[in-house]
Amino acid sequence: MRVYHFTEQAYPPAWENHHGSLRVNLPNRRLDPRIANELFNRYYDEWVIADELGLDVMLNEHHSTATCMSSACIVGLSILARITKRARLLVLGYPLGHRPDPLRCAEELAAVDVISGGRLDMGFVKGVPYEFAPSNQNAVRVMERFWDAHDFIIKAMTSHDEPFNWESEFFHYRHVNLWPRPYQQPHPPVWSTTGSRGNARVLGERGIAMATLGTGYATRPLYDAYREGYIAKRGKPPGADRFAYLGLVAVADSEAEAHRRGKAVSIYLPSSGIVAPEFRNPPGYLSVEDNVRLLRGEARPRTGTRDGRFIDMRTAGVQELIDVGVLFCGTPDQVYDQIVAFAEYCGGMGNLLMMGHAGTMSHADTVDNLTLFSKEVLPRLKEYKQPAAEATVAA
Amino acid sequence: MPAPASGVAPAADGPITVNGLRIEAIERGEGQPLLFLHPGIGIDAKAPVLDALAAGARLIAPSHPGFGVSELAPSMTTVDDLAYFYLDFMDALDLRDTIVVGVSFGAWIAAEIAVKSTARMSHLVMANAVGIKVGGRETRDIVDVFAIMDPEFNKLAFWDPKIGERDYKSMPEAEVAVVARNRESLGRFAWQPYMHDPKLRGRLHRIRIPTLFLWGKDDCILSEGYGRAFAAEIPDARFELIDKAGHFPHLEQPRLFADRVLAFAAS
Repeated sequence: MRVYHFTEQAYPPAWENHHGSLRVNLPNRRLDPRIANELFNRYYDEWVIADELGLDVMLNEHHSTATCMSSACIVGLSILARITKRARLLVLGYPLGHRPDPLRCAEELAAVDVISGGRLDMGFVKGVPYEFAPSNQNAVRVMERFWDAHDFIIKAMTSHDEPFNWESEFFHYRHVNLWPRPYQQPHPPVWSTTGSRGNARVLGERGIAMATLGTGYATRPLYDAYREGYIAKRGKPPGADRFAYLGLVAVADSEAEAHRRGKAVSIYLPSSGIVAPEFRNPPGYLSVEDNVRLLRGEARPRTGTRDGRFIDMRTAGVQELIDVGVLFCGTPDQVYDQIVAFAEYCGGMGNLLMMGHAGTMSHADTVDNLTLFSKEVLPRLKEYKQPAAEATVAA
Repeated sequence: MPAPASGVAPAADGPITVNGLRIEAIERGEGQPLLFLHPGIGIDAKAPVLDALAAGARLIAPSHPGFGVSELAPSMTTVDDLAYFYLDFMDALDLRDTIVVGVSFGAWIAAEIAVKSTARMSHLVMANAVGIKVGGRETRDIVDVFAIMDPEFNKLAFWDPKIGERDYKSMPEAEVAVVARNRESLGRFAWQPYMHDPKLRGRLHRIRIPTLFLWGKDDCILSEGYGRAFAAEIPDARFELIDKAGHFPHLEQPRLFADRVLAFAAS
């Protein structure tokens, strides 16, 4: 199993008195650039430590929000390409749905791949609903635009003999010739995320590594939909390396200390959803059927525990979050057991996207969390033998 | 070569098939054809304005492609596409001397039709029309209806906000689906550039048929100044206010609205 250290690069000083919205319309006057400077540099220091500890690293991108200062992930990728030495650099996600110019995306990512010596993983996502307001891209048909941009980027990265032409409905280029071309051949690995079985199947058909976020013990049906799509196209089941899961991680020498740390890292969950309601659901983002359910107040829970309890992640306590498979928390032995139990439940899960820092967690707390995990849990996870893909499919 | 418009007009209130798309349409009354183009919130067959208009004309009130239960061609993404569709629609039904009446988003479609061809039109009526850019680049001419919740929308759009209230939990599921579908389609056509076509204003001078702007005076989605600036671009367009009405005067003052339309068409 590979483990990526992830932080959203939050700006928690603005989390007080937000009047119901940390995103889209929270005035940026609430950000003190000097504090942001300290926080940014601290987060990069922690990624360097993660690199030295043998972890891989992951970053993401959000817009107009105090929950994530990384508004242009290419900035973070560029820095990490230089200051880390060995870690894989996963961007998840790179929001193609908000991008007007996929040629620029291909150029940025290829350059990062070259500078890092081939360490880039390209996680493409459509983007979260509330950011269609700041980006002003249309959420209607976003998946069509997403796949067109994806296909264009791959074509740009794999065409080497002459400029090519791309005149689709969405994007128009006549002389595409990517310089530099990517270091990894034929191109850096592609990842994506999903929360729906339909999209999981499509990702499986394309063989794109699939991550799910916050799905807990409702993850397996998504993985199985992926497996169906993968087998339909390739005639064999996908290995565990095709699957990734974002879990919050808090490890400490004692269970009590771990739970204190678990509470700190899980502040991500209630803070993440604080956004003015008018920006949560742009037209076209959800299907008509899902919107009917929303209008009629019939929203469906996303996840539950293994024994079928539904947990409200905005209010859940540490133990509930452990039960639901969203937080891996405890002593090193406990955390190892929780992660392995989860991977077994999934029928194989080869990449843990570990939120090792969130919110107001201190630098010392974060470094201690990463260090203990790397020394006591990571070596065992690297040795862990995933369930055989064939056995998972046969079961 | 694009296929020529082909259409089949069925019995009243049935679907009309044009260019392979099944379009739901309300058809009532007799006489001069009146094509009613609904706003983004759609059209309710029970709306009193429909009978009031049908009392003096042959009313045809379709749901736009993608709205109501009308089919949508995946290639349709702009109001321009809708305007060309309605030119084919009028050809297919062989409508002549048509009074084209649009409200809000429907008025935008009406203007886009009229700048292309008024060959099948006698009169144009535009109520609380969106569709052009009037103010400077930092002025939001039109309230961002995608960035407000229903109660705020009703407060801004109606003289009497109660008229806009809906209880989705007690509505039949099919009607809720129409609400959701209308919103998605409005986003499809009007998200960006927001509620306008930057090219339209410079083309409005081409409209040389009698044109009337009706304007619900209490509209807080659009200003009266916006409406007057819009009207000023169309040669000899008249501009009339309607009291005790907001963005949807056809819903708040249906009788008065229909009377004004029919009187204008008769003038």
